[in-house]
Amino acid sequence: MAKTLAEKILSAKSGQDAKAGDIVIAQVDVAAFQDGTGPLGVRQLQKMNLEQVKARYSIFFIDHAAPSPRKELSNDHILLRTFAEKTGAILSEVGEGVIHQRLVEAYAKPGDVLIGGDSHSCTSGALGAFATGMGSTDVAIGMALGKTWFKIPETYRINVKNSFKPGVFSKDLILYIIGTLGADGATYKALEFDGEAIDRMSMESRFVLSNMAVEAGAKTGLIASDEVTREYLKKRGREKDWTALSPDDGASYERVVDIDAADLVPQIAFPHTVDNTRTVDQAQDIKIDQAFIGTCTNGRIEDLQIAAKILKGKKVAKKTRLIVCPASRDVYLDAMENGLLEVFVRAGGIIMGPGCGPCVGVHEGVLGDKEVCLSTANRNFKGRMGNPEGYVYLASPATVAYSALKGTISDPREVLGKE
Amino acid sequence: MLIKGRVYLFGDDINTDVIYPGKYLSITTDRGEMAKHCFEAVYPEFLKTAQRGDIIVAGKNFGCGSSREQAATCLKYFGVAAVVAESFARIFYRNAINLGLPVLIAKGIKGFTEHGQTLEVDLVSGAIRNTETGGSMTAQGVPEFVLEILTSGGLIPYLRKKLGIAGQEV
Repeated sequence: MAKTLAEKILSAKSGQDAKAGDIVIAQVDVAAFQDGTGPLGVRQLQKMNLEQVKARYSIFFIDHAAPSPRKELSNDHILLRTFAEKTGAILSEVGEGVIHQRLVEAYAKPGDVLIGGDSHSCTSGALGAFATGMGSTDVAIGMALGKTWFKIPETYRINVKNSFKPGVFSKDLILYIIGTLGADGATYKALEFDGEAIDRMSMESRFVLSNMAVEAGAKTGLIASDEVTREYLKKRGREKDWTALSPDDGASYERVVDIDAADLVPQIAFPHTVDNTRTVDQAQDIKIDQAFIGTCTNGRIEDLQIAAKILKGKKVAKKTRLIVCPASRDVYLDAMENGLLEVFVRAGGIIMGPGCGPCVGVHEGVLGDKEVCLSTANRNFKGRMGNPEGYVYLASPATVAYSALKGTISDPREVLGKE
Repeated sequence: MLIKGRVYLFGDDINTDVIYPGKYLSITTDRGEMAKHCFEAVYPEFLKTAQRGDIIVAGKNFGCGSSREQAATCLKYFGVAAVVAESFARIFYRNAINLGLPVLIAKGIKGFTEHGQTLEVDLVSGAIRNTETGGSMTAQGVPEFVLEILTSGGLIPYLRKKLGIAGQEV
């Protein structure tokens, strides 16, 4: 039977010839927690007297409140460190970076089953891993037993032909897709991204697509493993982790969505849902108090490069704050060695330590009442950045950087479209 | 397994930041404390007017957003008897089952009941009856495997039974 990527990976990992709709028990290769969800997972295992880890990689990432702003969270961090030491799980310390960025840099590989106690765990799907978010108890059991149950999802295939015009990026594509499908348009489904635009895309850009699959309700967002994947892993010193992986010809898709990348323009997700997307011209003149570039969606080196290109030698608008937060220590070092951090600081921005930064509203950059943030993150729910009276708009790093200069939401094609 | 309760009505796309604000994620074991923050930031009236045993009825995509399990646990600890919605976000749905909070997908529930009316819900058959209007409808049945987890009281009691794992009550 011809298989989708999801069917292929879960068949291999369950030892069953499985198809969409089947329930299988599959091997778990990577089980990951962050510091918001990990403590509950650890406590569940302690209550069961099941303090063991059996996944190939079992990892705790301290990224959501890093460094900790409160003693309760500091104590949770101690709980994670102690558990990791006792069981042999890996502990990713304050400053190493966001869970999803570290997973693609160092742990996940094509064909893996990855479960994470964080909804954006689907990010590793771009490497051809069946990667999905779950709750704490679910991940804890999967981590301890090295297996978990899945219902194999039906797949929506997203075909993207042609290539982007200048000033348009993968963030605009995924915002457009979520706006089209709706916030629950792909609930329980797997997305499979394919087509010329995807073939040509860097891994950094592909991660953006997979990262936001959950914002359409999807279980994961998969991309075939190809030469681009191999090059990425090779650069990370992990070429041996690479295997080619693609869906079979004739695999069965519940729905096929065709998109022409050349038709796309920069997109903005308006408060308070991610599918509330409009084109950038419909958002012009909205004043922004805070511009935020970072997160597991758009805090990678490619994102900082485009932002620095726009900000170089300029100053952010007088009434706008710019916060830049590299997604990992490696991204931070890369940006430092290439002079990008200096560009941001000279432009009037501030650089935060690698991690989730202001995205979740736990610390750093909480909005005031009625304040507006234009962010490169993946979520703009009411209260997301720590204040239900704040407004969060989402856009690409180019749109955020250019808007920071203008002080209002602005179209980056004004500077990038002329090339 | 029959559940009878008063309806507390919500709309579409009720996300996990709304159900349980991120700033309380460090509360993981104190049931009473977790229950105190259900819907606190956006629908503070819930804490004043909802009662133990209420059934939450919602539109589409209930529980969308983050994977935080506290969004399901806080409702369970508050005493919500069940959540019946047009559809659920998948992580919330799975969490609710794992924690033993009954969840039912019922297409058409939105116009079927008003806030404050009383419903009778049969978890096994999916039959729903509105005791005030006399109307009845059927929710989507849950797979047997899932029902077994739910009737065991969640994933941990279920696994304990299956694998013979000892431990304290969760």
